[in-house]
Amino acid sequence: MKIHCCLLVVCLWGGLPSATFAADVETLLNDIKSVDQQAQGNRQAQQAIRELLKNDDVALTTVLEAFSDANPLAVNWLRGAFESLADQRLKTTKTLPKKQLEAFVLDTRHDPRARRVAYEWLVKVDDTATSRIIPGMLNDPSVEFRRDAVARLLKQADTLFEDGKKSESQPIYEMALTGARDDDQIKSIVEKLRQLGQEVDLPEHFGLLLSWKLIGPFDNSDEAGFDVSYPPETKIDPDAKYQGKDSTEVSWIDYATADDYGIVDLTKALSAHKGAVTYAYTDFVSDEDRSVELRLGTPNAWKVWVNGELVFGREEYHHGTRLDQYQFPAKLRKGRNDILIKVCQNEQKESWAQKWEFQLRVCDSVGTAVLSANRPPRVVPDEAKDKAESGDNS
Amino acid sequence: MKQHLVFASLALLSVTQLGADWTQFRGSDANGISAEKLPVKFDISDGTNIAWTVDLPGRGLSGPIVIGDRVYLTASSGFRQDRLHVLCINAQTGATIWHRQFLATGRTMSHPKMCNATPQPASDGERIFAFFSSNDLICLDLDGNLQWYRGLTHDFPNASNSLGMASSPVVVDNQVIVQVENASESFATAMDVETGEQTWKIDRPVGNNWTSPTVLSGRTPDEKFVVLQSGENLIGYDPQTGQEVWKHSAECATIPSATVVGDMLYVPSQGLTALRYIPDSDAPEVVWQEQRLGPSTPSPIVYDGRVYTTNRAGVLRAGDATNGDMLWQLRLKGPFSGTPVIADGKMYLFSEKGLAQVVDLTGKKGKLLHSAEFVDTILCTPAAANGALYVRSDEHLWKITEKK
Repeated sequence: MKIHCCLLVVCLWGGLPSATFAADVETLLNDIKSVDQQAQGNRQAQQAIRELLKNDDVALTTVLEAFSDANPLAVNWLRGAFESLADQRLKTTKTLPKKQLEAFVLDTRHDPRARRVAYEWLVKVDDTATSRIIPGMLNDPSVEFRRDAVARLLKQADTLFEDGKKSESQPIYEMALTGARDDDQIKSIVEKLRQLGQEVDLPEHFGLLLSWKLIGPFDNSDEAGFDVSYPPETKIDPDAKYQGKDSTEVSWIDYATADDYGIVDLTKALSAHKGAVTYAYTDFVSDEDRSVELRLGTPNAWKVWVNGELVFGREEYHHGTRLDQYQFPAKLRKGRNDILIKVCQNEQKESWAQKWEFQLRVCDSVGTAVLSANRPPRVVPDEAKDKAESGDNS
Repeated sequence: MKQHLVFASLALLSVTQLGADWTQFRGSDANGISAEKLPVKFDISDGTNIAWTVDLPGRGLSGPIVIGDRVYLTASSGFRQDRLHVLCINAQTGATIWHRQFLATGRTMSHPKMCNATPQPASDGERIFAFFSSNDLICLDLDGNLQWYRGLTHDFPNASNSLGMASSPVVVDNQVIVQVENASESFATAMDVETGEQTWKIDRPVGNNWTSPTVLSGRTPDEKFVVLQSGENLIGYDPQTGQEVWKHSAECATIPSATVVGDMLYVPSQGLTALRYIPDSDAPEVVWQEQRLGPSTPSPIVYDGRVYTTNRAGVLRAGDATNGDMLWQLRLKGPFSGTPVIADGKMYLFSEKGLAQVVDLTGKKGKLLHSAEFVDTILCTPAAANGALYVRSDEHLWKITEKK
């Protein structure tokens, strides 16, 4: 606090050795970055922003640099500080430091969110920046930059396609697919590539897991099963048999989904049980110790474990589902990793409350697929369908 | 009886403040009533009484709020609806004064009809509290400088609804209060307006709930209750402590919110239930209940001794606010999502399909005075301030005012 008071006095006076000031800016930015859950650090961060805004000499890119390793709350605090400073400067000087902002945008060592902020303020003062920057962003760490780059390629390819130059459009669609991470863009690209006779392994592009072992149903009458620890939560034993719902014997079965979006439909794989719990298990071989994102979609209540450790769970039924509905970080170790999902179906009778399904993918924070070293080749849809319907577990 | 007269006088005062700001969902008094005189005729096709149109950077069901000569609005954009926008517009010119953007820290999935910018922002006159379906709560000063930021799903990871959240915040006694109710982790919490620090947090019924808190004054204007409605009951809490003070135990609707007028609460429950707050009692008195006045999505609105609701079929119904007697009904073109605004004896309704309808309420029966197509989907509750009506779609914000 003393440092801040001194800074304030000196700033009002108008002079400050640059090195000292830089050090103090760093302190203020660290104060902002110290915010955390449940308003921890709010007062200190609030004061730090106020002091930053009082000084005209703060380099905008210095604030953006602070985004690195900031938590999601702190990123928003820093963004708020940056936008106030940039707005203030733009209104006063009618411009922004274009060269510095562009250099920041192009330097992928910086936080992707900060680079995007820099870009969005750069284009306010430089209307040529988009055409200069976006074409090079197809494989950028920022999903938003990728999206813009893909949109540009899609436009080019669609024009050629509609003009009858289909063979010329194909490589552009293929290039666009390499960068695309958003499902709406991927759908557009894949639709065109398939029209052009190209095979696209959509589950592999997303990193969707297709091959599972399933066991169930266990009891979930009155939605009580969500909190019951059935045996698979304690130990994965592929040969085990247990007493399931209504005293039926249940055992693990193999199931491979042929769905383009990796949806495992449990009403088909098992039966349309109500008030039921099923577990799905798969192993994932990682080449290294690494962080990944698990991205789940399900309209049912669920829990996920990685290597026996509960990652997250949520008790919500039939409020819709979509790809990447839930995103949560997980740690994979080098070698084999066990992924277990508990999927709970309740007893609602409405027609819109009958889905019992899930889809899960493994990717990095951008959404780029992380594939298991033991990923089995994709079963062609008809084969998979026949296999599932015949109950062939081999 | 004396207390009731005092309440009635206070209620009357609250709707006669000329030139008042519109600081939250359904206005500064949360009753949908404006003392403004607004134009009856307007048309975006030829610009009749349309002062300006602003293109918006994102979607939104959230209505605008107005403080002085500035209009504040939220929006959300991006493939994942994770870009949060707070805009400040010059009410005179429609020019953007500032535009701040943030990244959602909570889940952004919602029913396609909804989006992340569904709750309406609120203000205490010095700050804007912009709340989103992802449970991000952003506090900015009136010049767009961040005061604090809370990510309530970041803090409480199961507080979310895959259908989307809609409850708007209220500000009372230097607390901003939000109701975060869903199928998994439900709570209400009060935060200090200056710091965002939690004053209290209470568990709330687990279950979907899109209603908004409202405020009831007690025996004096200084004695207040924050009123929270759910599928289980309606409870009046002390806004300073979160302590329950009184309760009405009955199933209430989870979409339209209760409306407070003086010591009366008009609650979407058993159709519509009128309750009277009784000082020092642990339960309000049930004055009347009328099944036929049950509202659909828009909240009830009380004006000049009558209570108005709209149903799913787009029928506007008027009842006697003192006893619930049905007075008249008028078939309009619905359905409606936003709560209408009443000003100078006229009701302004915007259908989901973007049809504005102006209804004269001064006669024995309601009379449609004017209709105007806005082409876009309109799901917000409009704002009325300084002789103008402000309404937004996913793409535009319009100012409707008498051209001089």
